[in-house]
Amino acid sequence: MTESRLKRVLTGSHFAVTAECGPPKGADPEVIRKKGNLLKGYVDSVNVTDNQTGVVRLSSLAACAILKEQGLDPVLQMVTRDRNRIALQSDVLGASALGIRNILCLSGDHQSLGNQKGAKGVFDLDSMQLLQTVRQMRDKGIVLGGDQLNANPSLFVGAVENPFGDPQSYRVARLAKKVRAGAEFIQTQCIYNLSKFSEFMTQVRDKGLDTKVFILGGITPLKSVRMAEYMRDSVAGMDIPDEIISRMKGAPPKEQRQEGIKIAVETIQALKEMKGVHGVHIMAIEWEDVVPELVEKGGLLPRPEV
Amino acid sequence: MITAERKPFAEIKAAVAPYGKILVVGCGTCVAECAAGGEKETALLASQLRLDARNEARTVDVKEVTLDRQCIYEFIDQLFPLVDQYDAILSLGCGAGVQAMAEVLPKIHIVPALNTTSISETMEQGVWREDCRGCGDCKLDRFADICPITRCAKGLFNGPCGGSKEGHCEVDPDVPCAWHLIITRMEETGRLESMSEIEPPADWSRTQGKGPRKIVREDQKTP
Repeated sequence: MTESRLKRVLTGSHFAVTAECGPPKGADPEVIRKKGNLLKGYVDSVNVTDNQTGVVRLSSLAACAILKEQGLDPVLQMVTRDRNRIALQSDVLGASALGIRNILCLSGDHQSLGNQKGAKGVFDLDSMQLLQTVRQMRDKGIVLGGDQLNANPSLFVGAVENPFGDPQSYRVARLAKKVRAGAEFIQTQCIYNLSKFSEFMTQVRDKGLDTKVFILGGITPLKSVRMAEYMRDSVAGMDIPDEIISRMKGAPPKEQRQEGIKIAVETIQALKEMKGVHGVHIMAIEWEDVVPELVEKGGLLPRPEV
Repeated sequence: MITAERKPFAEIKAAVAPYGKILVVGCGTCVAECAAGGEKETALLASQLRLDARNEARTVDVKEVTLDRQCIYEFIDQLFPLVDQYDAILSLGCGAGVQAMAEVLPKIHIVPALNTTSISETMEQGVWREDCRGCGDCKLDRFADICPITRCAKGLFNGPCGGSKEGHCEVDPDVPCAWHLIITRMEETGRLESMSEIEPPADWSRTQGKGPRKIVREDQKTP
């Protein structure tokens, strides 16, 4: 059985690079293949969102299977918003059977934020409980309730953390709880406020968490001032300091993308130097073709042979 | 208490349109307390129906009566002498009131005039907040007496999601983040450490999946 490339990179003490791939609002597999081709060779793993922001898209599991066929190492995002524990555990088994080797457990954006506002939010489990469930399926070969599986799934298990969320005083304790629940790697919310992130990492190191879990810092290049302001004002849990907004404003409209790339590259470089940060996760929202440039300018090439 | 809100008049009017003789039945308990279906609201709705019929030159026979409790059969029995004279009952009771009346009065159409919302507390005059979803397995003491099933938009059991900002929920900035409240109260009462325990998945079979929950108390039955 092949192991997760992401796991091999991280356990081999390499600085990991993953990128996000948002599935299309349609059934065309070519969209996924095109995104996969763009990222191939530039990233270690491709993380596929699960109906992000509560908007109906091609399923994460199907998109991961397509990426796997292309020889990429997909990370299956699984939210607890849409499926109960029966469906979640079933999909965990299905993902492993399809050769998917990474899973990211999260609760998911609330359904009222998407295009199915009347949907029933399931939340039978929360992200912490899903982490625990996947770990016991993998490690003990049992499902919730204790029934034995006849073959364990093989998955590298991750979770997310927002160092900028509230209540601030609880964020590191929450990370510790996710680690205890079984998270082996963590993707953070997009980092624009480096000093706040650095404070968070100090607390993480003080608690020794950086030696228990691999932390990938979240990077989202800004396309424009408008996007920066929209994210600051309308995206839940986002912290974009005034300094970043004024840098974007300082650039003429045609050069704002370049400024956004510059900010992202500087952030990557800072994260490379930050103790306890084991990689970056690039979420270039509907802008996947910028990833190779960011990876190259960030000095992250070539990707290691593992 | 159970809280409810009255349906818009147009919806009520459309629902009772087929009937010429309507018995409007209020309830003097929970829905009276939350000013949705008590004696006053029942009288108001009956008058509205009469006035509306008059404005449209229709004849309609509307009578109003408010029971002490619409969810207890003994009170519903008071309607026996009246029901035969009416085509339909318009109920200003909660969902339990409507269904209890249907149980006792099998031959008459009962139309709900309220939307039952929740089990709530009165925060101030005119403000009621949902507190309980009746999960059947109360763990409030583990959550600093703030129910995450009811008051967290995602019903999370193990801490806040990443979307809260300055103590407010990502879903509605007017709604306080339940987990912000839980953690603050845990901190203030020196119990924050207990939050490090992972709460196991809930047993929803206590809530749903086996049909309506029923309490049978032999000790309470009349011999």
